[in-house]
Amino acid sequence: MQVVSVLIILIAVSILVAGGFLVAFIWSVKKGQFDDDYTPSVRMLFDDTPAPDEESSVKSKQS
Amino acid sequence: MEITETIQRSKQKSNPAGKELTRCYHCGEDCDRSISTDDKYFCCEGCQFVYQLLQQNGLCNYYDLSSTPGIKVKGKFTAERFAYLDNADVQQQLIRFTDGRQTHVSFYLPQMHCASCIWLLENLHTIQKGILYSKTNFQRKEISIAYDPQQTSLRRVVELLAYTGYEPYISFNESEKKKVKKVNRQQLFKIGVAGFCFSNIMMLSFPEYFSSGSIDQPYLQKVFSYLNLILALPVFFYSASGFFISAWKGLRQKWLNIDAPIALAILVTFSRSVYEILTATGPGYFDSMSGIVLFMLAGRWFQDKTYDSFSFDRDYKSYFPLGVTVLKDGAEKIVTINTLQKGDQVLVRNHEMVPADAVLLSEEASVDYSFVSGENTPVLKRKGELIYAGAQQLSGSVMLEVINPVSQSYITQLWNNNDVFKEKKNTEKSFIHPWSRYFTITLLLIAAAAAFFWWMVDPSKILPAVTAALIVACPCSLLLSATFTYGNMLRQFGKNKLYLKNASVIESLAGVTNIVFDKTGTLTQATLADITFDGVPLSQHEINMIGSLAKQSVHPLSRLLTQWLENQFTMSVLPVSFFSEMSGKGTAAMVDGHQVKLGSQAFVAGKQVNEHKAENGTVFVAIDENVRGVFHVHNRYRKGTASMLATLAGKGYSLHVLSGDHAAEHDRLRMLFGQNAILRFNQSPQEKLDYIRALKKDQHGTRVLMLGDGLNDAGALLQSDIGIAVSENISQFTPASDAILDCSQFTKLDRFIAYARSGKRVVTWSFILSILYNIVGLSFAVRAALSPLVAAILMPVSSVSIVLFVTAATSFQARRKGL
Repeated sequence: MQVVSVLIILIAVSILVAGGFLVAFIWSVKKGQFDDDYTPSVRMLFDDTPAPDEESSVKSKQS
Repeated sequence: MEITETIQRSKQKSNPAGKELTRCYHCGEDCDRSISTDDKYFCCEGCQFVYQLLQQNGLCNYYDLSSTPGIKVKGKFTAERFAYLDNADVQQQLIRFTDGRQTHVSFYLPQMHCASCIWLLENLHTIQKGILYSKTNFQRKEISIAYDPQQTSLRRVVELLAYTGYEPYISFNESEKKKVKKVNRQQLFKIGVAGFCFSNIMMLSFPEYFSSGSIDQPYLQKVFSYLNLILALPVFFYSASGFFISAWKGLRQKWLNIDAPIALAILVTFSRSVYEILTATGPGYFDSMSGIVLFMLAGRWFQDKTYDSFSFDRDYKSYFPLGVTVLKDGAEKIVTINTLQKGDQVLVRNHEMVPADAVLLSEEASVDYSFVSGENTPVLKRKGELIYAGAQQLSGSVMLEVINPVSQSYITQLWNNNDVFKEKKNTEKSFIHPWSRYFTITLLLIAAAAAFFWWMVDPSKILPAVTAALIVACPCSLLLSATFTYGNMLRQFGKNKLYLKNASVIESLAGVTNIVFDKTGTLTQATLADITFDGVPLSQHEINMIGSLAKQSVHPLSRLLTQWLENQFTMSVLPVSFFSEMSGKGTAAMVDGHQVKLGSQAFVAGKQVNEHKAENGTVFVAIDENVRGVFHVHNRYRKGTASMLATLAGKGYSLHVLSGDHAAEHDRLRMLFGQNAILRFNQSPQEKLDYIRALKKDQHGTRVLMLGDGLNDAGALLQSDIGIAVSENISQFTPASDAILDCSQFTKLDRFIAYARSGKRVVTWSFILSILYNIVGLSFAVRAALSPLVAAILMPVSSVSIVLFVTAATSFQARRKGL
């Protein structure tokens, strides 16, 4: 009987973990991470230019 | 900084010193070295201006990310070009959100093409104060901009974009309004949920598989089955809901569509599994069921991923200007195009489009009707003459009086009178649909036969046998084969720059019997011509003089002549003075001390020739009032057109040409197309449409493919079974069509059709394969011996092997057909 209860706990944990991934996936789709799968890959390659004024900090907050 | 001044192209400039050719630092076009800044050369002042603007703002990184990323600013912008954006009604339609301190807009920028574009567009805030941030979506070619309306305005934001070469495409067309991709996200949610449930159900089913159906701990077995049941609920009620809805819609119209057998299989599997678990008689088939749903959803997602950045459903409204300058009580006022009324006096500036049928009030106008009729020689209009909507004004500003509102203009009548524009035309069902019907009927017969057999032998096995048959014989592999075949073919076509609207176009393309071509812009290249000279041989100096004059003119024939002279001879540019251009007649100037005249016979030779008899496509030339000869300008057909047409004719396709142009090219077209082709000239847009309609009615089973490029072909493109818009630049706007083809790939048409036909064969072969799988599965099922293990193995094996087979086969066919 002890083996069985361990199994039950394991299954519960594994479903919880998998459920966590499902929630993460749904969250990322909702956030629009799958809407555009090209631009971000280019954007991250740009060097940061010295910000001329405070407007570029607004940019990072907004996006 | 202020950038509302007009950008002037380098028209007046000609530098005799700049003979050496180089490439424009901004846009990469060939140019001489006459315009330069900081040791960098530019083809025109527009490009130079953009460079200076970026340099002042420290944005020269733009040129480091990719070489010559710029876009040549075509034509000129007058300061009033975007004045309509100050109109509150217009703003309201464009602005997505505003709270007085922040305003959000998004635009479609068809010119976006490289990493540099993304970089520049996301750094707009450094150029213009007031722009808070801008974010691009490269694949959809969209930019979202947030700006402070107190510091800048919508008009100035758009002007900035336009002056840097990214003129936004602004349309109030309902069908083009943001179809926010909510549907797509729903699909991803469904796939995610199905994937989660499927993998967990599989995990919980493994003990069942390995214990060959009898787990030692009955308590555990119960936990596993009930967990499976719980996990199967979201799959059945959420992920699979699309299949039920579609099947139900089909049934209501008395049509057994392809989703019906799938919905049936899912329903039967689910109810039998629920029954087994609740009565503790078996483990159920939830693993197979959720697997089917997951695979089917993934297949559809693969097939539906089409080209977001193209729009296939444009109507005439997309082509017209949004704002029109109306003169009322002596004051200029910008109004939206829909509010134009009969009797309004409108001002149309150089290179603007006439928004509605109107009578000319100014003395003279030179209009280009290429948009409406396909004929690309400008027409001279005098005071009091009628000018149709869609004409482009080429010589300065003119006044017009509107006689028909926009919606009742000559060109828009096409949309009003013809039902084709209202109904969707994909009424024809895919050849897969009858297959799925036969499949369903055969399956029901087999199930009935099995039921009859077990009723005779062992009635307790009727239900297991029948339900097992319905479960295992799910037509999902049948459907998967079609979705993955066409999905992969869409990608192969896309690689070859033929962008199809959706997968059903492939089948239409395969079934084509008649092919109708438009001439100008489709068969011929708009920017190149074959020119022959007839007359006294010209000296090098004379060629230089003619070329220098032609270079100054904006007339299409002059531009063709300039290009030809530059290709044929080593030309040097001479100083030009006293330049004058007479619309519809010709151009004259003093070049290097000699008077040079180019143009019609009447203009150059001074002879009075009947205007209708005057041959089109000829440029007479006179130097110092001495007629030297005539240039004959012929259209140049795309390279490889002849062999493509020969292949198509050899395969038995019936070929047609519908040209809006005059019949001057008749003989050459006849040579290209052969004796059997039908050639028609001087076709109006309505005549083109009627011709296609008649062609379809004439013989039963005729499938018409139409290739065209302009708005004048729009009716014909829609009326045909499949309309392909041929475009010089796929980021530009094309009429509504089923597919968009880059003109450089035009001569691959025969291969495209052959490839589309091979797709049908691939689908047929994979059907046979999937039917073999179904026979194996059914042989288990009718013996009432289908264990969940066999079902769970057979299902993914058959699906995956079919997906692999069709992907490999379509890629192989693409290579064989030379795509």
